Amino acid sequence: MEIIETHNIVKQFDNHRALSKVNIKVDEGSIFGLLGPNGAGKTTLIRIINQITAPDEGEIFLFGEKLKPEHIKNIGYLPEERGLYKKMKVGEQAMYFAQLKGMSKADAKAKLKTWFQKFDILSWWDKKVEELSKGMQQKVQFIITVVHEPKLLIFDEPFSGFDPINTDILKNEILTLKERGASVIFSTHNMASVEEICDNIALINKSKKILDGKVSDIKNEYKSSIFEIVFKGNFNKFEASLTADYEILENIPDDDKSILKVRILHNLKPNDLLSKMLNFGEIVSFNELIPSMHDIFIKAVNENN
Amino acid sequence: MNNISLILKREYFTRVKKKSFIIMTIVGPILMAALFIAPVWLAMADNDEVKTVTVYDNTGKYAQAFRDTETLKFVFTQEKDAAKRKEEFSNSGNDAMLTILDTVSNNFVLYSEKAPDLSLKEQISSGLEKYLEEENYKKLGISKSKIDSAKVTVNIETKTLTAEGEKISSAELGIAVGYIAAFIIYMFIFMYGVQVMRGVIEEKVNRVVEILISSVKPFQLMAGKIIGIALVALTQFILWAVLTGIIVGFVYLAFGSQMIPQGQDIGQIQNMSSQQIHDLVGNGQFSDIILGVMNFDWVSMFAVFLIFFAGGYLLYASLFAAIGAAVDNETDNQQFMLPITIPLILAIVAAQGIIKNPDGALAFWFSVIPFTSPIIMPLRVALGRYEIWELFLSVGLLFLTFLATVWLAGKIYKVGILMYGKKVSYKELWKWLKYK
Repeated sequence: MEIIETHNIVKQFDNHRALSKVNIKVDEGSIFGLLGPNGAGKTTLIRIINQITAPDEGEIFLFGEKLKPEHIKNIGYLPEERGLYKKMKVGEQAMYFAQLKGMSKADAKAKLKTWFQKFDILSWWDKKVEELSKGMQQKVQFIITVVHEPKLLIFDEPFSGFDPINTDILKNEILTLKERGASVIFSTHNMASVEEICDNIALINKSKKILDGKVSDIKNEYKSSIFEIVFKGNFNKFEASLTADYEILENIPDDDKSILKVRILHNLKPNDLLSKMLNFGEIVSFNELIPSMHDIFIKAVNENN
Repeated sequence: MNNISLILKREYFTRVKKKSFIIMTIVGPILMAALFIAPVWLAMADNDEVKTVTVYDNTGKYAQAFRDTETLKFVFTQEKDAAKRKEEFSNSGNDAMLTILDTVSNNFVLYSEKAPDLSLKEQISSGLEKYLEEENYKKLGISKSKIDSAKVTVNIETKTLTAEGEKISSAELGIAVGYIAAFIIYMFIFMYGVQVMRGVIEEKVNRVVEILISSVKPFQLMAGKIIGIALVALTQFILWAVLTGIIVGFVYLAFGSQMIPQGQDIGQIQNMSSQQIHDLVGNGQFSDIILGVMNFDWVSMFAVFLIFFAGGYLLYASLFAAIGAAVDNETDNQQFMLPITIPLILAIVAAQGIIKNPDGALAFWFSVIPFTSPIIMPLRVALGRYEIWELFLSVGLLFLTFLATVWLAGKIYKVGILMYGKKVSYKELWKWLKYK
């Protein structure tokens, strides 16, 4: 079942179109990556889901219901551009935001204390925000986003400004939240983290969705049957034996070995190539090159442009 | 609604707990009390200092003109040589030296080492004038006592005809109350309007607004901020009024018994009939002022003050909020600030003319146009020079305009707070009004 579904969202600013007929679906309990170059319309879409701005056309459904103001309590949003009141104390401020999300004072306090303990920052409770480093502030912002236990979490570039250790802590926290049943929309330029944690993605470019689906499916779709082979043997004879069904893209000699990149054309199987090669020497390793999300991102966007 | 009250509480408490607020709240009344007390205090303190003046009188005719007083002593010198005389004066340590070389007028010269002391000059010249006048009377054969007895002072009593009969009113009191009311409204609109703008800019610059806006509607945020700051203004106003009253009252009780006629305190005077007051302080101006204070319609005045205070603040604060949302930092706001501050400044400047002519066309227009009425209408009410329909028209227009500006400001605010790094023009603002 989908936790959120958008139908043909259109948003026009006076001389540019931010979104044109965008449809996305986020499965309940999954992590959904919203990708796209800068200025593609991601933040606008996220703002529309958060009811910060209204779409010019199209509809949004949360839990199958049309999006309405009360839904805001079920969403936790960590914006890309985020800040806190500098002069306010950390605890006081966290309480304020938790209460704005509809939590009672007592409930907010208890849950916040638990989170602060978990992140080992309870000692910051009475400190002013301006005394904290940027990374510390990000932790507080993360807690503020999740403390009211929303069903849908939206993170816009959550890892920017975090060191690798804290990035890992945060990543694990996001995965834990997912295990507990939360659904996550995750907008980032960090493709490595997309591969690590996203189940599904949508790629938006120039206001249009150009690609979506399961990460594994997309990768399969984009693989181009290129194999990396480390080969020990007579390369020239092997090359001479090849038919037009194979294309050698690269040959890097390494001692007595060659590192080859070979594309298999037509509907031939890797086994066909393997059996051919065995006649001319020894195969040290044989891997299919699966494109990274990074490559897919660039390829898809360039093709679209 | 719950969200607005949360925002309002935060806006209120963070400001009231600020050091600058606490300092202002304490210093403000001290300054204001000083305004009331200083003139009296200075008059008393000034008397202690004795000044000595060296006099060189070449004509020998003025010896009688210089009589020592409690604050002014005269020392005579006979040194004829100007250079030596000056040296002698420098060595004497006296405050000033007056030389009279001949009897032709304008030949009095007052030397001093520091900048000339105006009050000293005033005292000497008035002494000389008095002396010369008396000499002239003598020459003309008129006795001084006859002149004195011919002098008169005229004291006009002002009364207002009301339904309850005639009342002694004080035009001066009306002016004072009206001007103070106008000025307080002007000052608070400015001070706290700018605070609203700063608050909005702060949230925008900090990017707190991004986090806030996913929990509350922009309009709630704006409304909570404006009302919260209004309550801060009100708190400050009440504290100022109370503290000023306490300080002034305390100082007058401690030092000022001689200032109140025959040692009566104000409380007793208030309980007297107007006849008793007349008997007590004589038929002079002072009694009229007290009666004017007693007869002044304080309740209506206060009600009018509060209505225009609130209306004016809300009108301007929403505009200031819109400016805050439209700009990225405080230095960018000039082009939008100007059109808002001009009517305010115009009103406070025009107030002085309107005091003189409270029924004129200027007074009428300034008291019904909503951007100036919060300052001018209370002034006219204090002066007692308005028609009741003008008052209702003024209040009505003010609140209609207030609703319109809040609606407009809300639209600009909603778009503006999420717009960064863009220099905004009026054309741009106009477009924002049309966004969904």
